[in-house]
Amino acid sequence: MSKRVSKSGSITRRRLLATASAGAALAASPLGINLLQAQTAPIRIGMSMPQTGGLAGGGKPSLLGIEIWRDDVNAKGGLLGRKVELVVYDDKSSASETPAIYSKLIDVDKVDLLFAPYATVPTAPIMPMVKQRGLLLIGNFSFQVNSKVGHDMWFNNAPWGPPDSWATSFLDIGQKAGGKSVALLTADQEFAQNLVKTTREVAAKRNMPVVFDQAYPPNTVEFSSIIRALKAAKPDIVYVASYPPDSAGILRAVNEIGVGDNVKIFGGGMVGLQFGSVMENLGSLLNGVVNYNSWLPEKSMYYDGTKEFFEKYTKRAVEAKVDPLGYYLAPFGYASGQLVEQAINATKSLDQKGLAKYLRENTHKTIVGPIAFSADGERKESAVLQAQFRGVADKNIEQFRTSGKQVILFPESLKSGELVSPFEAARK
Amino acid sequence: MDLLLDAVVIGVLLGCFYGAVSLGLSVSFGLLDVPHVAHPAFLVLASYFVYFLNEHYAIDPLVAGLLITPLFFAFGLVAYRIYYETFEKRGSDAGVRGIAFFFGVAFIIEVLIIMQFGVDQRSVTADYVGKALRLGDLRIPYRLLVAFGVAAVLTILLTLYLSRTFMGRAIRAVAQDQEALRLMGTNPIRIKQWAFGIATAVLGVAGALLIIVAPVEPTLDRAYIGRTFCVVVMAGLGSMSGTLVAAIILGVAESIVLTMFGASWAPAISFAMLLGVLAVRPQGLFGRRS
Repeated sequence: MSKRVSKSGSITRRRLLATASAGAALAASPLGINLLQAQTAPIRIGMSMPQTGGLAGGGKPSLLGIEIWRDDVNAKGGLLGRKVELVVYDDKSSASETPAIYSKLIDVDKVDLLFAPYATVPTAPIMPMVKQRGLLLIGNFSFQVNSKVGHDMWFNNAPWGPPDSWATSFLDIGQKAGGKSVALLTADQEFAQNLVKTTREVAAKRNMPVVFDQAYPPNTVEFSSIIRALKAAKPDIVYVASYPPDSAGILRAVNEIGVGDNVKIFGGGMVGLQFGSVMENLGSLLNGVVNYNSWLPEKSMYYDGTKEFFEKYTKRAVEAKVDPLGYYLAPFGYASGQLVEQAINATKSLDQKGLAKYLRENTHKTIVGPIAFSADGERKESAVLQAQFRGVADKNIEQFRTSGKQVILFPESLKSGELVSPFEAARK
Repeated sequence: MDLLLDAVVIGVLLGCFYGAVSLGLSVSFGLLDVPHVAHPAFLVLASYFVYFLNEHYAIDPLVAGLLITPLFFAFGLVAYRIYYETFEKRGSDAGVRGIAFFFGVAFIIEVLIIMQFGVDQRSVTADYVGKALRLGDLRIPYRLLVAFGVAAVLTILLTLYLSRTFMGRAIRAVAQDQEALRLMGTNPIRIKQWAFGIATAVLGVAGALLIIVAPVEPTLDRAYIGRTFCVVVMAGLGSMSGTLVAAIILGVAESIVLTMFGASWAPAISFAMLLGVLAVRPQGLFGRRS
């Protein structure tokens, strides 16, 4: 694991003079040296981030979002008069790497604050340790990792909200389109299994029969056989919970084999269809799919700083060779920084319990909208979008910067169109 | 019944794809005893070359695969020479240290791909990608039909090369008795280097198939280490036609399990088959008892 300490900000001549004068004055007194060190040492935020492996396509833009926040906050003078520094390790998208990395961040690097890695799988194994140590942890798009751990200093930046809201919104849309039976196709790992568990429960409450329920292993490369079996079950609603490497394979197989005329709605929880390169690669294969998202370029989704953030992101994404769009994760990485920034500024301290109390009891203004947390550290209200891909052409990433390519079906307050159904018709 | 027939057809095609990506390993590991765990990383590297040619010069992926074949042949010659000079030449524990060498090479290739292309998935465009042939209710993806055809051609060419040409026979000879070849005045290391070049050259076309069948990302090689070694060992080390047949058996078994019994069982079934074959025939399905 390679460590990266990233610093930023250029120093002007005037600031250099002012700093030097102040430093000289402080150093003149015996106590001054310690005081100077304490006051000028940067606030260090530690995290692992998938920068290689299957989750790197999400980890890299997420980290870039956090880095843009760090640069913005340092340009404003830092926090408590101290610069902010990030200590980042590559966890290789692996759950087996993160416990050792976070032990090192806490015991060796002695960072001041912790951010979780992107995604559920690398985050899940560090939860017991963070709880045991009584540390604040800002979550990064993991799903239900705190449901059994019950850590009261966990705050997830993701818009998920209550665990069943994701499944509820998708099945609502499917039922309104006339869907009665459900097929579940899921990756055999933590995130997807958590997601599909709630979908099973919601379907059972609504007396919707589950006619197909399969979990595929994460290294599956060819989905033709699975899609053929799914088609044979003749479901009305197909709920897919997949990770990026699989999502492309599933959609390609769906395009070749078909899923049958019964299907009213297809998608739901496919990770990857939010990433620019995957969207560009899949192009017209995306048409008709209804899938979750976190941010889309619709008028209603711009808050203070959102536009400025994406201007900076678009420039830096080219240099960093990361997702050119960055809608899904990058603004939420920035929002993670805004959460701790507001908590530190309000409490004037780095005391983790104090910061957690502040985060729990207040609503926070961020570039992805106001965020308030419930007792389990998830959003009080779900802000997950369900959107349908429409009129997508092949090999054109710029088309996704315009509105109308992903029509928002849920939530009602942000709705920008109606579902086109059945799925086979929507694909044309 | 339709579902079973469908699973068998898709399985045969999928097996041919597995066979095509395993043929190079059948030469390098099966015939030369080189513990080439970087074989899938070479494969992914080839698919990125194909992606580059397809994306920037609109060259058909299969043609691009053929174009990079000489480059990969030269790459194979250099890779084997480095391996030989630094590991194989030095003694009896070369196998274990060789594994470490090739793991290192695989990681370097991964990092180089990430630095050059980033971590995102890449895919190619071609007329036969994303469409399917309809035969009644049966739909067969063209990309798998392409894999089937290429695998068959590659197997025939390699089999003919190894049995009908002087160099091919020399490669078989070096696999059987290196010292005997040396006594006949031939440098076995040169023969092995040539064979490793052939094994790597095959990956040019196999890499094209990899990116035709599914999008690739830099760490995809890890998903293929188990499968390719499983196919080669199950076939019996060094048998080209055996490699294809073993791959088809694996593909059909995987496809039937995926379709009829549930996807979770697929990897377990593949390796259970391997263990079963090794228990009954330790030399593999088509290997000769030594």
